[in-house]
Amino acid sequence: MFLINCPYCGERDQQEFKAGGEAHIERPKQPTELSDDEWAEYLFMRKNIKGIQFERWNHVHGCRKWFNMVRDTSNDEIKAIYKMGEKPPA
Amino acid sequence: MTKNLRVKSSEYIDETNRISFKFNGKTYHGFKGDTLASALLANDVHLVGRSFKYHRPRGIMTSGSEEPNAIVQVNPGTNRTEPNVRATEVEIYEGLEASSQNCWPSVEFDIGGINNFLSPFFPAGFYYKTFMWPASFWEKYEFFIRHSAGLGKSPTSNDPDIYDHRNIHCDVLVVGAGISGILAAKNAAKNNFKTLLVDEKNELGGSTIFENNKFNKIDNKTPSEWLKKEIEELKNIKNLEIKTRTSVAAYHQYNYLLARENLTDHLEAKDKTNKIRQRLLKIRAKKVILATGALERPLIFNNNDRPGIMLSSAIKKYSEFYGVACGSKNVFFTNNDSAYESALSLYNKGINVEAIIDIREQSESKIVKKVKEAGIKVYWSHTIVDTAGYKRLNGISIMKLSNDGTSVTGSKISISCDCLGVAGGWTPAVHLYTQSGSKLKFDEEKQIFLPNQNTSQQISVGSCGGDFKIDEIIKNLNQKLKDNLNIKETDLDNIKVEIDQENSKRNIWLLPSDKPLGKTKPFVDYQNDATAKDIKLALREGFRSIEHVKRYTTTGMGTDQGKLGNMHALGIIADTAGVKMGELGTTTFRPPYTPLTFGTIVGRNVGKFFDIFRRTPINDWHVENKAEFENVGQWKRAWYYPINGETMHQAVQRESKAARESAGILDASTLGKIDIQGSDASEFLNRVYTNAWSKLAVGKCRYGLMLNEDGMVYDDGVTTRLGENHYIMTTTTGGAANVLGKLEDYLQTEWPELDVYLTSVTDHYATASLCGPNSKNILKKIIPDLDLSDENFPHMSFKEAHIGNIQCRIMRISFTGEHSYEINVQASYGKDLWEKCIEAGKEFNITPYGTETMHLLRAEKGFIIVGQDTDGTMTPIDLQMDWIVSKKKYDFIGKRSLYRSDTMREDRKQLVGLLTDDPNIVLEEGAQIVSELNQSPVEMLGHVTSSYFSPNLKKSIALAVVRGGKDMMGKKLFVPMENKNINVTVANPVFYDEKNERLNA
Ligand SMILES: [Zn+2]
Repeated sequence: MFLINCPYCGERDQQEFKAGGEAHIERPKQPTELSDDEWAEYLFMRKNIKGIQFERWNHVHGCRKWFNMVRDTSNDEIKAIYKMGEKPPA
Repeated sequence: MTKNLRVKSSEYIDETNRISFKFNGKTYHGFKGDTLASALLANDVHLVGRSFKYHRPRGIMTSGSEEPNAIVQVNPGTNRTEPNVRATEVEIYEGLEASSQNCWPSVEFDIGGINNFLSPFFPAGFYYKTFMWPASFWEKYEFFIRHSAGLGKSPTSNDPDIYDHRNIHCDVLVVGAGISGILAAKNAAKNNFKTLLVDEKNELGGSTIFENNKFNKIDNKTPSEWLKKEIEELKNIKNLEIKTRTSVAAYHQYNYLLARENLTDHLEAKDKTNKIRQRLLKIRAKKVILATGALERPLIFNNNDRPGIMLSSAIKKYSEFYGVACGSKNVFFTNNDSAYESALSLYNKGINVEAIIDIREQSESKIVKKVKEAGIKVYWSHTIVDTAGYKRLNGISIMKLSNDGTSVTGSKISISCDCLGVAGGWTPAVHLYTQSGSKLKFDEEKQIFLPNQNTSQQISVGSCGGDFKIDEIIKNLNQKLKDNLNIKETDLDNIKVEIDQENSKRNIWLLPSDKPLGKTKPFVDYQNDATAKDIKLALREGFRSIEHVKRYTTTGMGTDQGKLGNMHALGIIADTAGVKMGELGTTTFRPPYTPLTFGTIVGRNVGKFFDIFRRTPINDWHVENKAEFENVGQWKRAWYYPINGETMHQAVQRESKAARESAGILDASTLGKIDIQGSDASEFLNRVYTNAWSKLAVGKCRYGLMLNEDGMVYDDGVTTRLGENHYIMTTTTGGAANVLGKLEDYLQTEWPELDVYLTSVTDHYATASLCGPNSKNILKKIIPDLDLSDENFPHMSFKEAHIGNIQCRIMRISFTGEHSYEINVQASYGKDLWEKCIEAGKEFNITPYGTETMHLLRAEKGFIIVGQDTDGTMTPIDLQMDWIVSKKKYDFIGKRSLYRSDTMREDRKQLVGLLTDDPNIVLEEGAQIVSELNQSPVEMLGHVTSSYFSPNLKKSIALAVVRGGKDMMGKKLFVPMENKNINVTVANPVFYDEKNERLNA
């Protein structure tokens, strides 16, 4: 059970959060201009790697805010947490 | 006649407090402080159970939670009965009853014992191999297997006890209150760390508390005396909470641990009532100090499982702590010095020790000399090749061990004995450590797995960290505390320790016999009856991974998870396969460390708290008026209101007719309601719904369809513009939370530039939906001053009004096709509003209707229910709802997906109406639809999604999704059922009032 440091509320139990999949996949600004393949790339393709992964999380049973997390999926170590719109750490 | 083997009073046993208890129906006596195991041993009872596969007689083997054999059913036949309890952990109390498990008809005479003599036919994987063919016979095999297996009986009546959960946050959690744990907790707390110390036993001090030998001294006291003084000092330390009878079950990531605190299991029945029995502690600790100690290993030799064969350390504990002799003719079998400590303990209490069999060639330590001086015979370089005695050990045979330890030589010596203590060295209890995700490494010299890299804020101290001598323990503990807690001084700095302990050991995982292995029974896993033979067989059959060998032989898969024998299993595999133990790795230790009751896991979430439900503010009225309820998400919704013994069908037919002919009323409070405000609210709705919202006037309502980004219908509902920058959105009952979550997601992550605020107000309002040609007349009676003319208050519009002092929001919208109003008031006025409507509607025969009638009425109109007529694969085009998809809007959620090659296929499943040729046949929802009856395999075209008998149309109607259905209007299809084929015709899904004339009726 992770201990997640919500950027708005502080450290809370994982039970209060919901994972929201891969981070930094921006919704295309002009979807109608895209080919089927380009749209499918946005719609369906997600990474699932062993190692450092960038994820979206939502403090759904708390402040309801979305934020980003860098997690090492091999040992579940949370490397960084940062707000939506902020640049991922190098 | 039972013997009394109580040898000497012990300070932990209160001999003034005599307790009687029953075991297998017979009454025995023990004292306050005894465990069931110690009390039985004091009565010379060793035989307590039968093994799982061969039903071999088994006795008490240990003195702790690692016990594999002495598994009993506590208080059988009562509502507090519990199976699979370790007799070594049950504290006795007046009136306790316990019985053996896994034996029939009794532990003394067990029919299953015949398996023991058939055992050549029960090798590893026997069940897998034998019961596979023919497949149809499995049911018969299963019957016999289930009857001959089984560990105990679960209670059949309700659990009378209360269970609880508690969250604990601490700076330092210390697991285990042996010498290391106590010193760690004391120093952590003294340095202002909020500390919690837990131990599974009821007494602090671990094994050091009865360490009275004269060889080891701490500050010139025996370890026992010294530790008692330390424990006494704990009482005055702030920041320290101590919990005994508390077993840590699981150690999860981020230092999240679950522990079971036992509060009433040791009390008499009369003292158990109305108290919390067990409490699950959910502990989040900044630092965890594991001081879980070590478990003594047995030795693996032929017939090493007879009642009377015990761990050497257990014999010592029974003697020193409980004042009980486990036998009157004791022998020890060892590969290290531990057995000599036990032998000396017995000797000092005047208990007879016949001999010590030592597989080592020699040892010169002080304690060995002392044992020799006591006149106890030691057989060096000898091993036990066999044991005798069926229900109780009565003798052993030993032979000289060859130099390489793989065979025996010379002549056999027989020694008569009734108790054998085995000492195979010590295995650090690293179970919790590995559960946390931390990794072990194998120490070739000590032949043990030790903590290696820590992944959380944790340290392992004492013997679970690999330190076995008191001087090492204190020195290393001191350093680890300073490093890990960042403290400069501890009260361990100046402790003076004198010790004389030797660690010399000769490790042989499987000891040889004079018989070939195939003719012997060297048990590795006592509970599951896995022998060294089985492990070797698995290797011969090609299993290599330790995890596979474990499953094939069931080694380590009992309720004890193989706490005693797992190391030997690994050792035998490594030796046989010729690999190093370190390369082999270990099997995974899974939580819980010791079994938990279901009660502890669920805590207070039982009965009506098992699954949370929601009730509307009008619920009491539905109950008073005998409504039947159905679950919709978490909601309890009125389903139908039967009168005079009506069936559901009769009630629904009556309700449906009444709603169309005069007036009906529905509790619609469960619909999700989201308050949307902000200067970009209109633009936001434009982006989330398929249709256009910018031109919706204030005071008007509009139906909207929401898609997922993949173009599939996600939710629907009516949204009303309350003000320039203020809307109220309704969602489906089940979808409310998800819709809010999805909208928040877009607002926060994709469109943060939009000025929009969302608030869930579902619970804030109660909603009565008034429908039918007389709904207008009823509303007029309640709110006489509101102009209800079509000009002032047309369909799809909104008014704010007052009923007396109650403010209400009224939407003229319809889910039934009838003239209809949805009246919203503050939740607390819900029942009042409802009763006013019922009162005013009496003269119009107002009829309350439930969800079933609502479904029927909307199906007559061909209105979809998201989640019933859609299943996450339906686009609005598939639903024939093209009219609601804006062609002009540049973008909305899911728009691009409507132009993907797949979503544009003509032969997708599409929503259609279905009429049965025989109007009295009602199709089954979910029934398959085909066009050819004699095809093989038959092509499934789709299925029925909604189906009812319409009392208003006097015929059966259905909605269905059919491949290419849009172009099949009028086509004859079939719905094949078990006994008949039903002929159907594809029809327009709007069955009733196609021109919507009734909306303004
Ligand atoms: Zn938060």
